[in-house]
Amino acid sequence: MNTALIEFQNITKRFGEQTVLDKVNLQIYEGEVTTIIGLSGSGKSVLLKHIIGLLKPDEGRILLRGKPINEMKKTELAEAISKISYMFQSNALFGSMTVYENIALPLLENTNMKKSEIHDRVMARIEQTELTEAAQKYPSELSGGMQKRAALARALITDPNVVLFDEPTTGQDPVRKNAILSMIAQYQKKFNFTAVMVSHEIPDVYFISNRILALYDKTIVFQGTPEELSGFDHPFNDEVIRSLEGLQKELTGLYSRRQFKVLHHSQLQSRKSDEGYSVVVFDLSDMNSIVSNIGYDRAQETIHSMGKYIDKHFGDIGGFSTRRKINEFVTVLPFSNLDEAESIVKEFIKDFQQGEISNMWNEEQKNVLTEKCIDFPIKAGIAEGKPVAGIDSVIKLAKSHQKEIGRLKCAVKE
Amino acid sequence: MSFDEGDNNRSEGKKSLYLLLTKPFAVIGQNVISWINSMGAAAVFLVLALLKTFHTKQLSKVIQQIYYIGARSITIIMLVSLFTGMVLGLQSYHALVQFGAEGSLGTLVSLSLIRELGPVLTAIMITARAGSAITAEIGVQRISEQIDALETMRIDPFRYLVTPRITASIISFPLLTTVFDLIGIIGGYISGVALMGLNAGVYSHSIQAYVDMEDLTNGFVKAIVFAVIVATVCCYQGYFVHMREDSKGAKAVGLATTSAVVISCVLILVSDYVVTSLLMV
Repeated sequence: MNTALIEFQNITKRFGEQTVLDKVNLQIYEGEVTTIIGLSGSGKSVLLKHIIGLLKPDEGRILLRGKPINEMKKTELAEAISKISYMFQSNALFGSMTVYENIALPLLENTNMKKSEIHDRVMARIEQTELTEAAQKYPSELSGGMQKRAALARALITDPNVVLFDEPTTGQDPVRKNAILSMIAQYQKKFNFTAVMVSHEIPDVYFISNRILALYDKTIVFQGTPEELSGFDHPFNDEVIRSLEGLQKELTGLYSRRQFKVLHHSQLQSRKSDEGYSVVVFDLSDMNSIVSNIGYDRAQETIHSMGKYIDKHFGDIGGFSTRRKINEFVTVLPFSNLDEAESIVKEFIKDFQQGEISNMWNEEQKNVLTEKCIDFPIKAGIAEGKPVAGIDSVIKLAKSHQKEIGRLKCAVKE
Repeated sequence: MSFDEGDNNRSEGKKSLYLLLTKPFAVIGQNVISWINSMGAAAVFLVLALLKTFHTKQLSKVIQQIYYIGARSITIIMLVSLFTGMVLGLQSYHALVQFGAEGSLGTLVSLSLIRELGPVLTAIMITARAGSAITAEIGVQRISEQIDALETMRIDPFRYLVTPRITASIISFPLLTTVFDLIGIIGGYISGVALMGLNAGVYSHSIQAYVDMEDLTNGFVKAIVFAVIVATVCCYQGYFVHMREDSKGAKAVGLATTSAVVISCVLILVSDYVVTSLLMV
């Protein structure tokens, strides 16, 4: 693997007699979304603040692109740190400044750009983060989600290489949590920065993270992909992941991946090896287009509605579902072969197209529908598996069979 | 009871008595050391802030603070100085008239105001109005991580928050002291001349004859000293509000604001004596 962009070597941090981090070792790689998970108060934010120099370690060293920061010249370190932005848990917006002034502040203070250039750049970020109407408002006049967007716009105004997110979804409702995570994922791809996020929103963060770092008992006990974490045998899994997963179902009412796998295992282990079951994979296609047309919040509302509808429809006939990606749902029909499953899905499509699709929008959204509509395709694919086979291969097969089953109509954001 | 036990008890008793007698000194000593540490830290804080005065982007921030600390304090300064001058004129007239020296009323009122009351009362009034607000504002910015946010944006919090306030105070205090002196003298005129019937020419002449440039300069020197003290104490209390050991959060901001006002007022009076002594040498 490449040299880590940021590396911690045996970092220890104490506050008085209390040790918060104890010999922490970790690597963060360029261009990835890395999420540090752990329980509240476990030292995640402390760890993050070491990266940008707000806190200094008592022991150990931090390397940027393989070079220890304590061996860097002052100008070299300042240059390296200047490419890192930080988004605070509390947003840390200046209450006496408007959103526009907050976003413009780093450029006004640190650059010699002309006022017109600064204005153009700030307005571009404001438009990208859907804050046009809030530009001249004060932070106290904004909703929590808008404040987060303003803080994100300020963090991105200097075109950083690395953005550190300290609990970006704290205090948000399930839809907004996912909207913020979706926004981070989209911006990370768009601006190609390295994102380091501290969160305990499990499993929602899995959908956007390339790597997960697990902080437990003052040290990092796991580094790897979200998929690798599910096979990680450690007390962290029992004490942290399961307790946090218990809060899942908030967004879609669906099972977590772990619960889904447990259900899959328990339902199929008593079956004969030649008895089949079916897997349906649903996909709300082209999320980027959806987000750019209707905004983050409403895109998440759509996913929320779709998840609930899938859960209701297939749950009534013994199926169980999970959300695998931001816009992908998997349903297992444990007692249906391919033919039966196809007929069930046909019934689903019929219901879906005959009216349920419009119910996916809540009353508020229906009210904003206008004659200017845009269609978003929903795809589904079916595959049959045997109890002896792993579910991942069946899901892969189902995905390869995906075809459009309906179109979601909604208003273009004015 | 054995002899050993008796010796032990006597030894314990002596030790307790020793601790009882020395404890007050230990407490006083600890407080004095802590106070000296704080003064040293505040001095370093002031030097660091002053070093960042001459930065290209400071002017607009300094003007903004002059408006806030200086211009917006004018009304209260005028009101206080008018009544201070009137009371001073009234009391002094009744005292002087007993010796037939009411002709010196202008001298007494003007010298009292220019040398002492003007700089001291102006500083105390600004401490109450603007100093407390400075502490609270910076304190809230500290506890809401806004100062950390400045650091992450590579904006020096000292340069951005502290330096403009200290610079603006150094400019505003002498100007407000001038306003205080002038309105105070008018207040003395209202009491002595308009109300008590003293001759207006006598009042004006006694001021012109006995107030010289040195008195005005000394008054301005004091105003500048007080400006440095008030601005430094108020910014320092707010900036380090998170390091208070007696409380945290909003309560700490409240306590820091109280401390800033109390410490500023005490230091204004103490330094007034010290500066006066030095100027009179």
